[in-house]
Amino acid sequence: MPARNVDRTKRIIMPFDTIITALKGRFADLATSEFRDNRRVVVAPAQLFDVLKSLQEEHGFDLLFEMTAADYLKYPNAVDRFGVVYGLLNTVTGERVFVKTVLNEPDLTLPSAFSLWKGADWLEREIYDMYGILFDGHPDLRRILMPEAFAGHPLRKDYPLRGRGERHNFPVITRANS
Amino acid sequence: MALAIPDFMLAKLDPLANWVRANSLWPMPFATACCGIELMATGASKHDIARFGAEVMRFSPRQCDLMIVAGRVVMKMLPVLQRIWMQMPEPKWCISMGACASSGGVFDTYAVVQGVDRFIPVDMYVPGCPPRPEQLIQSILDLQDKIRASGTLQGTEFEQRIEHQGPLPNADVPADVVTAPGDYKKSRRVSLN
Repeated sequence: MPARNVDRTKRIIMPFDTIITALKGRFADLATSEFRDNRRVVVAPAQLFDVLKSLQEEHGFDLLFEMTAADYLKYPNAVDRFGVVYGLLNTVTGERVFVKTVLNEPDLTLPSAFSLWKGADWLEREIYDMYGILFDGHPDLRRILMPEAFAGHPLRKDYPLRGRGERHNFPVITRANS
Repeated sequence: MALAIPDFMLAKLDPLANWVRANSLWPMPFATACCGIELMATGASKHDIARFGAEVMRFSPRQCDLMIVAGRVVMKMLPVLQRIWMQMPEPKWCISMGACASSGGVFDTYAVVQGVDRFIPVDMYVPGCPPRPEQLIQSILDLQDKIRASGTLQGTEFEQRIEHQGPLPNADVPADVVTAPGDYKKSRRVSLN
């Protein structure tokens, strides 16, 4: 694992607008929006890792407090299939920012954020398990909730709610063999 | 004071074995959810299943003869449940406690087993979500009646029960159909396409 050059003694206090301006100066097509205290940055998958790294190293977001995904299949007016959301927190200033990226089949691969925040380990495994999104560079990308032998990714919207018969696929033990 | 114990007794072996077994059921608490809390309350002093000889909760299946499945069982847990059941020595019985263990309850999803009786033999079902401790005590009393009525020394009553007794697994759900939850009276099927 690469060493992290984050100086925790250096207090990075920066208003959100400054962060946005700095990010927009570095990365070209970056969309931002704001609703009350919910600040979002929408990036393309190709730029995702650089944006996350910049937010961590230059803007002091030292905690990945949340990481989740959404399947927009059958969602009204949705253009992209999957969205992956990173929630970042600056533990010095208490500022939060949400970084969102979108993915479409067949290329469901994102760079792993494990080298930036170790907490991404299980979060990325969960997203892989539930949505089948792959994280390039993850040290151990296995299923985390479903059994190893499970086929499919159950939080995808095209997965049947009652499954495909997996829950009935067990040997039956009767009184004769127990 | 000397007790008036006779020098010898005459009894059939089957009722003697049943009498002993029915009054010393040692439960294996397979508690996975909120029914487990009621199971603990049943064992605690207010309800006190020690009155019926079933207070010895053993956490080793080798020492148990009554499995109480209390709570929902998910796909990942069912092989564990079956292994524990196989590890319990004969004669053994099973109580399916609560709606989830008996039928899956409200958890009609891909991950939750729709009743443990599909995969292991069950002797008593306790309805409720979760059942009151009185209901669990009643099921233990009913199980004692069942053991007294049908038990044999050699356990031959089990040998006859070689057929699977629970409901059969459902047919596979088509891939393009989901069943929407919500209306429990008429299950609504929604096509994705």
